[in-house]
Amino acid sequence: MSAIDQLFSELRQSKKKALMPFVTAGDPNIETTEAILRALGDAGADLCELGIPYSDPVADGPVIQSSYQRALESGFKLQQVFDLGKRLTGDAMLPRVTMVSYSIIHRIGMETYIKKAVEAGYSGAIVPDLLVEESAEFAKLCKASDFSLIQLVTPTTPRERQVRIAESSTGFLYYVSVTGITGERTALPTDLVDNVSWLRGQTDLPICIGFGISSPDTAAQLAPVADGLIVGSAIVRRIASASGKENVVRSVTEFVGQLRKAIDDAT
Amino acid sequence: MSSASARPHASASVPDSQGRFGDFGGRFVPETLTRALDQLADEYDRAKKDPEFQRELAGLLKTFVGRPSPLYHAKRLSNSVGGAQIWLKREDLNHTGAHKINNTLGQALLTLRMGKTRVIAETGAGQHGVASATACAHFGLPCTVYMGSEDIRRQKPNVFSMKLLGAEICAVESGSKTLRDAVNEAMRDWMSSVENTHYIIGSVIGPHPFPMMVRDFQAIIGRETREQCRDTFDRLPDCIVACVGGGSNAAGMFYPFVEDDGVRMVGVEAGGRGNAPGDHASPLSFGDPGVLHGSYSYVMQDEDGQTCDVHSMSAGLDYPGVGPEHSYWMATGRVDYIDCGDDAAMQAFDQLARTEGIIAALESSHAVAKAMTIAAEMKPDQHLVVCLSGRGDKDAMEIARLRGVTF
Ligand SMILES: Cc1ncc(COP(=O)(O)O)c(C=O)c1O
Repeated sequence: MSAIDQLFSELRQSKKKALMPFVTAGDPNIETTEAILRALGDAGADLCELGIPYSDPVADGPVIQSSYQRALESGFKLQQVFDLGKRLTGDAMLPRVTMVSYSIIHRIGMETYIKKAVEAGYSGAIVPDLLVEESAEFAKLCKASDFSLIQLVTPTTPRERQVRIAESSTGFLYYVSVTGITGERTALPTDLVDNVSWLRGQTDLPICIGFGISSPDTAAQLAPVADGLIVGSAIVRRIASASGKENVVRSVTEFVGQLRKAIDDAT
Repeated sequence: MSSASARPHASASVPDSQGRFGDFGGRFVPETLTRALDQLADEYDRAKKDPEFQRELAGLLKTFVGRPSPLYHAKRLSNSVGGAQIWLKREDLNHTGAHKINNTLGQALLTLRMGKTRVIAETGAGQHGVASATACAHFGLPCTVYMGSEDIRRQKPNVFSMKLLGAEICAVESGSKTLRDAVNEAMRDWMSSVENTHYIIGSVIGPHPFPMMVRDFQAIIGRETREQCRDTFDRLPDCIVACVGGGSNAAGMFYPFVEDDGVRMVGVEAGGRGNAPGDHASPLSFGDPGVLHGSYSYVMQDEDGQTCDVHSMSAGLDYPGVGPEHSYWMATGRVDYIDCGDDAAMQAFDQLARTEGIIAALESSHAVAKAMTIAAEMKPDQHLVVCLSGRGDKDAMEIARLRGVTF
């Protein structure tokens, strides 16, 4: 049982929903990322998704794209993610997963990636460009290390395929709310709640909704149907617009606190 | 590297149903695009077997594009080199001035068959953008072309043509502002618009089924060449040379000859200004297998898997990746890949203009340069065919700038 499985079983028992902020590693530098990760637990987050900067992210909108570019321009190296993980020890630390392109995993080798990630305390990976058809080998290696491989379902995924993806996902299932790239949305598709509810009936795996959640209001709307919510661009934008580590941390934790309250009030 | 004897023989029966050319190819894209890619693969499969589709495409290639393109004997060039007879497959004489139109007409027809109502495309040199805009104007489809701002600067005539044809141009300011960034931006558009939009990829790159489908649409180049060689010198050529950006003119030229072991094939990548990382655009010569833009193939990346910046004076070759079938052909030893630098390509450009009266695209000039070197080592009774993928009108202003000429 990975730390993620553990977390969701506890949350389900206490009828709580997970709040999962997304933070880009190394934006604007790795020290700031570390300070944010250390503060997220107290701010009300349950799990953290650490985005690994990639030069050609086709699923990302301008906010996350430019955070990747900022990190790479300031000299981000993959090894920093593993070193950072090793520094983040202790009970107060949240379970964390990486969002990472398969281009990066392939480059350093699937086994090496899993080994280094596990040693650094990461519990799983979301690999947005690794389709279920291409993932058999990586999935097998992840299983052997009790490392979750979180698969994605989108509004364009046919229903039989959604079930197949759910069967091969571990940790949780990532439900992409919109047909599109990451970025804040003022309105989400009207059939989103119905679609997630349908999927709910097909799998016991926790379902987390991500892409487009920009405010406590949207979080409150979606919290009842999901096991967790992922908030990315709205956080990355706050990181980009505050200056200095302290201000960044304050801005992020305040926002995370608002999301937490909205989610708890709605469930 | 496996030993030569253990190397699998290159087959023309690739890719498999997963889009694999040996180890290469596949589909590495966000889940959002899967349904559209499946739909495209299915529709292409049906179209391929549909005589009506084939008739319509063949008719357009004949009366709209002007095919078959001639196979021209470059006698003065051959004599000045003093080796094999050099023949030019004149894709530069196609409507819109390059091979790209062979592919865009096929994909535009598929767009209509799939009931999609909008087209997007990326472009480097602007030739694929112009060919997409042309196909869309022909069929009355709205067309948006993504183009890096550096390429907009160096290929101005094509930018204006696209506008004349009614296409919308989106300047891409991210990354290196060249072809690779234009592909990223087009893919992002497609992520949101996939329900009603078809993405006409301009080369044999991207996720399955694009590398296979674009190759098939371009294979008319090689099929015509086979026939024309038989008609003019009664046998297959000894050697074929083509430039390789993403690899579509080369794939279209090479594919029909893959199982003819007597025909040597050489792909020419952009050697830029030197062998150091960042100075060239030659992933097959200097890169490693990796994943870029949806498929597994050779790519220029750093030790973390970040795509490297590349350089070529020619916008159409200035790309860090290459189509997966070329990686397969390299791995099987079927095709030799070499690189040609900016300066040598520029010299070949001048030589072809002055000895034959043909202003070639800078991309194609890379192939011409290496063809001359290879021909020089062959005998006068041997035949070498170069794919002259496009004409150089688009490059005139940039060449003037590089030479400090104002007009
Ligand atoms: C004339 C010409 N040749 C070659 C290329 C390179 O593309 P490919 O390698 O796909 O043929 C281009 C691309 O823009 C081009 O315009």
